[in-house]
Amino acid sequence: MRALLPALVAGLLFGAGLALSDMVNPARVLGFLDLAGDWDPTLAFVMGGALIPSAAGYALARRMRRPLLAGEFRIPKSRKLEPRLLAGAALFGVGWGLIGLCPGPAIAGLAFGLWQVALFVAAMLAGMGAYRLVTPLLR
Amino acid sequence: MIGSAAALLLLLSGRIAGVSGMLAEASRMAPGGTPWPLAAAFIAGLPLGAALIALAVRQPDIRISASVPLLIAAGLLVGFGTRLGNGCTSGHGVCGMARLSPRSIVATLTFMAAGFATVFLVRHVLGA
Repeated sequence: MRALLPALVAGLLFGAGLALSDMVNPARVLGFLDLAGDWDPTLAFVMGGALIPSAAGYALARRMRRPLLAGEFRIPKSRKLEPRLLAGAALFGVGWGLIGLCPGPAIAGLAFGLWQVALFVAAMLAGMGAYRLVTPLLR
Repeated sequence: MIGSAAALLLLLSGRIAGVSGMLAEASRMAPGGTPWPLAAAFIAGLPLGAALIALAVRQPDIRISASVPLLIAAGLLVGFGTRLGNGCTSGHGVCGMARLSPRSIVATLTFMAAGFATVFLVRHVLGA
């Protein structure tokens, strides 16, 4: 239980931040992605603003031997730029641009009871499941 | 708030606050290093936090006019793509870029470019 509380609080804070910054609103995200239209820079400010405490956290973590409530840091160490990274990011970007929803805002947005968001999340889980089915074929 | 949430999870639990990865762990779809109850607690916190803001500050005005097939196609692409590419806006964008990971910087530029191109095509070429 002691390990779960910080994760719950972090998720809560994260979801509150997404709601407060209106990133849960796909129209706002599409406004950012629409460079040729009436461009809405909010997402850039939100992401830039989030990077400051996040970067401070990672800088601090580098000076710590282990996290306060867990045995070790689990930070990806790979620096390889493989094709799958680019292909995955590109597929994700297309899906993101179609509706204006990415995983965080979609899950946080479940709080508002829209069936469209619930359907998107269900399809997203199916997509993750499909990936799991095809991974043995990719290797 | 989003950034401090990422910092909090890192400094207390030593984990990356990446929503797609956490969702895969929580639904037992990733053979990953994060215990699934921890991932599930993080995932459950997201709508709870959003609901708190809706109650205490304001209810967001969300309107989605997309059709059912489009919602399904987009969800499938986001689910499959984030697994193949090991992350989404939070894991690559907020956490990876904060630690200057070359993979995350490249991934973020790629999904941003794909997002820009998709919206351009949909809105200005197809005129939807």
